[in-house]
Amino acid sequence: MSSQATLESAAAVRGPLALSADGLGKDFRLGRGTILHAVKDVSIGLYRGAVVSLVGESGSGKSTVARLLAGQERPTAGTIRLDEHVVHLSGRRAFRRYKSEVQLVFQDPFASLNPAHTVRYHIERPLHLHQQALSRQQVRQQAAALMEQVRLSPADKYLAKYPHELSGGQRQRVAFARALAAEPRVLLADEPVSMLDVSIRLEMLSLLDDLRTRFHLAMLYITHDIASARYFADEVLVMYAGQIVERGPAEDVTQQPAHPYTQLLVSSAPDPDNLGGALRNRAKRDPSNGNGAVGASASSSPAVGCSFSPRCPFADDRCRAQAPALLQVSSSRAAACWRLDVAAPSVYAGREGGGDVTT
Amino acid sequence: MTTDLGNPVPAPAEPGDGGRLPGTPVLSIRDLSVVYRTLAGDVRAVDNVTLDLHAGEVVGLVGESGSGKSTLAYGATRLLRAPAVITSGNVWYAGRRMTTPTDVLQLTADQLTGLRWREIAIVFQSAMNALNPVLNVHDQLTDVIRAHLSLSRHEATTKAASLLDLVGIPRTRLRSYPHELSGGMRQRVMIAMALATDPEVVIMDEPTTALDVVVQREILGQILDLKDSLGFAILFITHDLSLLLELADRIAVMYAGQLMEVGTATEIHHEPAHPYTKRLLRSFPSLRGPRRELTGIPGTPPDLLSPPPGCPFLPRCTEGTDACATIDVRLARVRTSADPDHVTACPFVLPDPELADPELADPELADSLSASGAEPAGISATSQPNAEELKP
Repeated sequence: MSSQATLESAAAVRGPLALSADGLGKDFRLGRGTILHAVKDVSIGLYRGAVVSLVGESGSGKSTVARLLAGQERPTAGTIRLDEHVVHLSGRRAFRRYKSEVQLVFQDPFASLNPAHTVRYHIERPLHLHQQALSRQQVRQQAAALMEQVRLSPADKYLAKYPHELSGGQRQRVAFARALAAEPRVLLADEPVSMLDVSIRLEMLSLLDDLRTRFHLAMLYITHDIASARYFADEVLVMYAGQIVERGPAEDVTQQPAHPYTQLLVSSAPDPDNLGGALRNRAKRDPSNGNGAVGASASSSPAVGCSFSPRCPFADDRCRAQAPALLQVSSSRAAACWRLDVAAPSVYAGREGGGDVTT
Repeated sequence: MTTDLGNPVPAPAEPGDGGRLPGTPVLSIRDLSVVYRTLAGDVRAVDNVTLDLHAGEVVGLVGESGSGKSTLAYGATRLLRAPAVITSGNVWYAGRRMTTPTDVLQLTADQLTGLRWREIAIVFQSAMNALNPVLNVHDQLTDVIRAHLSLSRHEATTKAASLLDLVGIPRTRLRSYPHELSGGMRQRVMIAMALATDPEVVIMDEPTTALDVVVQREILGQILDLKDSLGFAILFITHDLSLLLELADRIAVMYAGQLMEVGTATEIHHEPAHPYTKRLLRSFPSLRGPRRELTGIPGTPPDLLSPPPGCPFLPRCTEGTDACATIDVRLARVRTSADPDHVTACPFVLPDPELADPELADPELADSLSASGAEPAGISATSQPNAEELKP
């Protein structure tokens, strides 16, 4: 609770809070008494007109957070609030009402559209469902208008097509149009561009950005590409093994990563300005490095202590024994690391007497 | 014809290029054209592509989906099925074991079996689908080993275990099934399979696209290590140019079935000649350095069923002129580049001596251009007025 009081989101300047989650958790029973803690104590705030990016590797729980926020899964802990009202998704009507405010766009446009239906069906069905007052004529007009919004024109030509007749980028535009048909306030985009070509990605991100401003959407952008988060997001949350390990303004987090995992993410991104150097020298300097990290992924994180400690170069006994909480380092920034003074001395030194932000 | 085809004795894994003359390509693709025969007509997926791969070299092939990069690689290895038809070209292969240059396109089915995997191996795009879900790692690896090398069952098992060592997977994983492995491990198994028979050329078709950045980096580092110790050459296919800039020795940029530019990674990065390459370079967000204006490439690639005349990139090119619609696309040297092997298909960077701008043909001027920091190979005011002269 106190975390929200002291830690300001970098996205808050854009507009009012639309969707927020507090202490969100999700456990999956794997059988034989094993429980997978997919999401642990995640607090997140989505503001109108702002983009919050959730960055992390596969299996870190980013998509589970999106599914929890979208109401596709029920959280095992924590609360979700839409416009300050606690969300209870009991019954079809409540669920549908919630879905008309919060929409989810999936990663794979090849799987998220029904191959047996035309684009028109995909767009008109949510219009019928969520805006029941519309006449047949109005639905057709709205569908055409939505197609123009996602820059698929002439609309009639594309509305008549089947998904297999469209390219990946065009399919993803249809998925955006379908999500917008419900006139949502919150758009959750789960890796919306990672299946697309590099040359198309940028266009899609600029389209999303355009839609964000035009419809004043509160947007969650989930990605494993931290470089795109730098350009697209206001606030970046870095997730590892189900937890937020670092959060802060996009530029700060990407340029001065504080948590050792964020540092690893940033250093792993391709660096064209360092032609061949980093990749080759790294390989030469420590040939066992690549091998050593093979088994150490988030899924094999320890039961006690910091979940990143097996892969962390700074880990000490305390890290292996006790899990760190988010430590606030500035008004809008926090990282969950015991060794912040060693891992990111400049960030640590800059903190304004901040203490523990979560308990 | 080669005599040592299917030689059962594995050649020693010599580091480097095994004492062959530098500059002799192991794989030389000459004027290769591939079409897909459809009811609507021929789709020109690969159009007159010429590309060399030298021993121990990493050549990156970059292009959008549908640009023909995979078709080129599969065409060169005869892996295409109908309706794909190779309409012209040669693919010369010469390695340590097959020393006489052999045209892959002329081989019989038996000879192809000796070439595939033994000489040229492929790491397919999706490790998820390329591995057999009902066979464990041991069975898949020994299947390959016993099909291509004359080894006993026991020897094959030993070899399989050593291959896992090579890619950094614990030997205990031999009995694992693909679904029990993480995406990165599956990809490593694929790489181990490709290296099982000590091939000279490894074609990697988007091997890390589905993986996380951290795992991707580990695997790329490992691939380079293995390349250095085993001495194979890599044709690396991807749509991520930023990755190639770091990984590849040379980069070939493909668009609409044709090569637009080929040069060293450094040349492509610092002195891109073709407008398409320049746009590609500006279309990925950079994590380091100042935030820069991202432009992307508006528009879509042309329909290869009826490709437009002239340069295929013209509809999306901001620097195009009327002359571009009539030019004959072919690669020629970038005059302003210090590297003689830096070639481009854009005539506005003056490749053809007959059509060349007399001013820029002057080496001194070219030098001064690059020295002055003016966009050296670009469409500058100097070259623009000559658009008319370029009309054939």
